[in-house]
Amino acid sequence: MVPVASVDFTSQLLQYFANGVAKGSTYALMAVGYTLVYGVLQLINFAHAEVYMLGSHFAYYQAKWGGYLPDEPGAKPESVPILLVGAFIAIAMLACAAVGMLIERVAYRPLRNAGRLAPLITAIGVSLFLQYGGQVVFGTEPKLFPTFVETEVFEIGSVKIPNTNLLIVVTTFVLMLGLTLFVSKTRPGAAMRACSHDMRTAKLMGINVNATISLTFAIGSALAAVAGVLVAMDQPAITPLMGVRIGLKAFVAAVVGGIGSIPGAALGGLVLGVSESVVGGLWDTNYAEAVAFVFLIVVLLLKPSGLLGKATREKV
Amino acid sequence: MAKTVGLLLAGLVACYGLNWFLAEFIEVVYVDYLNLIGIAIVLAVGLNVINGLTGQFSLGHAGFMAIGAFVAGLVSIQLTYGEMSSGPLELAGLGTFLLSLLLAGLAAAVLGVVVGAPALRLKGDYLAIATLGFAEITRILLTAQDSLGGPTGIKRIPKMPLLPGTGAWDGGTSVFWIFLVVFTIVLFSARLQRSTYGRALIAIRENELAAETMGVRAARMKVMAFVYGAFFAGIAGGLYAHYQHSVRPDDFTSIRSIEVVVMLVLGGLGSITGAVLGAVAVTLVPQLLRPLEEQLQVNGLSMVVYALLLILMMIFRPQGIFGQRELSLKLFRRILPGGRK
Amino acid sequence: MTALLATENLTIRFGGLTAVDGFNLAIEPGDLFGLIGPNGAGKTTVFNMITGVYLPTEGSVHFDGKLVNGLQPAQVAALGVSRTFQNIRLFDELSVLENAMTGAHQHAKINLFDSLLRTARHYREEQRQRDRAYELLTFMGLEDRAGLPAKQLPYGHRRKLEIARALATEPKLICLDEPAAGMNTGEKAELSALIRKIRDELKVTVLLIEHDMKLVMGICEKIQVLDYGKTIALGTPQEIQNNPKVIEAYLGGE
Ligand SMILES: Nc1ncnc2c1ncn2[C@@H]1O[C@H](COP(=O)(O)OP(=O)(O)OP(=O)(O)O)[C@@H](O)[C@H]1O
Ligand SMILES: [Mg+2]
Repeated sequence: MVPVASVDFTSQLLQYFANGVAKGSTYALMAVGYTLVYGVLQLINFAHAEVYMLGSHFAYYQAKWGGYLPDEPGAKPESVPILLVGAFIAIAMLACAAVGMLIERVAYRPLRNAGRLAPLITAIGVSLFLQYGGQVVFGTEPKLFPTFVETEVFEIGSVKIPNTNLLIVVTTFVLMLGLTLFVSKTRPGAAMRACSHDMRTAKLMGINVNATISLTFAIGSALAAVAGVLVAMDQPAITPLMGVRIGLKAFVAAVVGGIGSIPGAALGGLVLGVSESVVGGLWDTNYAEAVAFVFLIVVLLLKPSGLLGKATREKV
Repeated sequence: MAKTVGLLLAGLVACYGLNWFLAEFIEVVYVDYLNLIGIAIVLAVGLNVINGLTGQFSLGHAGFMAIGAFVAGLVSIQLTYGEMSSGPLELAGLGTFLLSLLLAGLAAAVLGVVVGAPALRLKGDYLAIATLGFAEITRILLTAQDSLGGPTGIKRIPKMPLLPGTGAWDGGTSVFWIFLVVFTIVLFSARLQRSTYGRALIAIRENELAAETMGVRAARMKVMAFVYGAFFAGIAGGLYAHYQHSVRPDDFTSIRSIEVVVMLVLGGLGSITGAVLGAVAVTLVPQLLRPLEEQLQVNGLSMVVYALLLILMMIFRPQGIFGQRELSLKLFRRILPGGRK
Repeated sequence: MTALLATENLTIRFGGLTAVDGFNLAIEPGDLFGLIGPNGAGKTTVFNMITGVYLPTEGSVHFDGKLVNGLQPAQVAALGVSRTFQNIRLFDELSVLENAMTGAHQHAKINLFDSLLRTARHYREEQRQRDRAYELLTFMGLEDRAGLPAKQLPYGHRRKLEIARALATEPKLICLDEPAAGMNTGEKAELSALIRKIRDELKVTVLLIEHDMKLVMGICEKIQVLDYGKTIALGTPQEIQNNPKVIEAYLGGE
């Protein structure tokens, strides 16, 4: 993110706001994955954060095998042609979608009728497995991410916006729009909504529940892959544990926005990203870390179903 | 009541005996595992009252532990050295040590009230994520205090006080103190479970609305459960601080909170025996796997195996090792006076 | 004579639906009072408002001269109102005895430390609760099931256990929500006798919701009929049976 040199308060604020929108977009992209899965299975899919980590690693290794990493440390790497970048990301999305579906099939499906806690612990297990499996396979050293786009900084007034941030925001916007259309306008999307509303009825109505759940995981995971690559482009080192922090924040964003709601995830992500950036810039980066959780508690206490979530009432 | 005093005295003697035995015969490395297990048991058995008995999904236990650790550390540094300065590590006086643990427990209990209050409005995963949020805020606020060493935390926390006959050993008296607390919390929790309060807590877990309609003050009882768990987690934090001699805010991340929940679910949520066993397993398994990791020189391998075990365990025994049962109930009934018919 | 329970203009709306509309009820001490009406009439909702589960949109509930609406369910229970649930809500993992003991919890005059330290007061309290629970289980004919986990009880017994648990709160008024649902004829006859005994021997006033007309007409002295949230009739069983409005509500409702 861009450091702020200017002295003028308003332009400072605008700058932090702009940085925050980019950060919030990555939260939003991740939050969607949590919100979709939670909507259908009422499961906090802890492993989602590791799918994000895998996304950036998949892209990294493609670039490496394509010869786009510096041969020796310190040398400036060759930048990757834009079409190839697209291909790398697409492949990372597919691979992550497959990983997401596999996780669901192997670790969650056997426990679908075992209550809520056992799958949750399994999700934690899968998350740990991928974190440390990542260490075993990729090594523990941070890896410098290849140059997917040459950095350029646009200036609008006094606000500096790097093209990577712009890319993050635009990509997120397009993907979220696409997802919303998919869920509201297509048959598989309708099946997802039906499952999230009431799985048993959906099954009775002839919806293939297993396939729909797989699809839900595939979509969430593909979006996590995109988030992984975008963040890696912006903050060029990746590690097997990189998912832990953003994962927690993104889940918080999903809850703040209203779990189960796609616009909620977007809103939650943006609200957290912007407030973190502003608090961090104007006050203290330590406190910025706490902002998400303060938001979380305030929102939950005032409106437990989240900003855009629907309240449910128990009948007696 | 007289029986309670007798039992606590017996526990005191037993813990002293254990400490003496280990000092005489066992290598300090293994004692280290034992102490970490003891601290984990205190955390898990306390959380079991919140999560297991009352059914309130709390994911913030590390926050209580953090408060306890910092309070105990600061109190005994103040009372032992008078200020935070460098120098050799010293022993805490008995009074200092006990006072520091008491204050650690009380401070955490106060936080327990604060965290328990949302439990009145939130349920299930929402409560879990809110409690996790509280714990993270606690940790971050601690990190932000430069006077508390910021991210590097506080150091030179005095050692646990000696007892007659436990002088020169490297392990000091840690086993004695830690297991005395373990004994106490297991005793009290078993008694809590088998009392009108325990039944009221379980009633809330089983059907909150029916419990309230039958006159159980659910709000009050939930806060009580949080305070109980938090108090002991604070003491566990205090023990940890004295045992490690230094604490950092990052010793108490959400990962630790999650770990305590894993202990409970692994052992069988709602069962004290299960909580104890889960605490042993979750502490020990990664430690036992570490030699394998070192031999093969693959970083992270032990955690991978641990994670796999966790997944397999949940898939093949989702109710946990003990389910809701207790180990040898008959034995328990004979030891604990609550069960006499 | 002042009413034990009195509701005045009791009204609740769920979104657009007015489930209970201007409902007035007066129950005297010692009544065995029936509340009937077709499915969805609002009977359970009335119970929910009386016991503090739902907050009425309008109107008031007075019990023993005290205003009840706005109180928490546990506070209402402390005043002496107890109830059972149409969809049974037992504490499944507790034993039958422990379920009944939980009803007696609210009268415990000890604190947490008594229980942790096992003082004499703790033992006395346990004894009191156990004795009272046994008495009521015996009253309901469940004493030989005392040690069983509640989840293993057969259906009819579950309903009876709910009554025993409610009685253990030592209520002045017990509200029974379709206690005979799912019972066979023999069980129903037995239940009728028990309900009468609750009023005659335990001196607890009874407010009964029940769809089984034979049972209601057989034991209640006063009956009030609810349809679409409104009272359509109030009187003795004879009067109710011959009331054309009631007949129409039931025929139209089915
Ligand atoms: N929490 C709620 N939210 C929305 N509507 C409700 C709620 N509780 C009750 N209702 C509605 O209020 C109306 C009355 O319901 P109630 O359960 O009181 O009927 P009842 O007379 O007990 O019927 P039954 O004989 O079937 O038990 C119904 O239309 C029901 O759907
Ligand atoms: Mg009803």
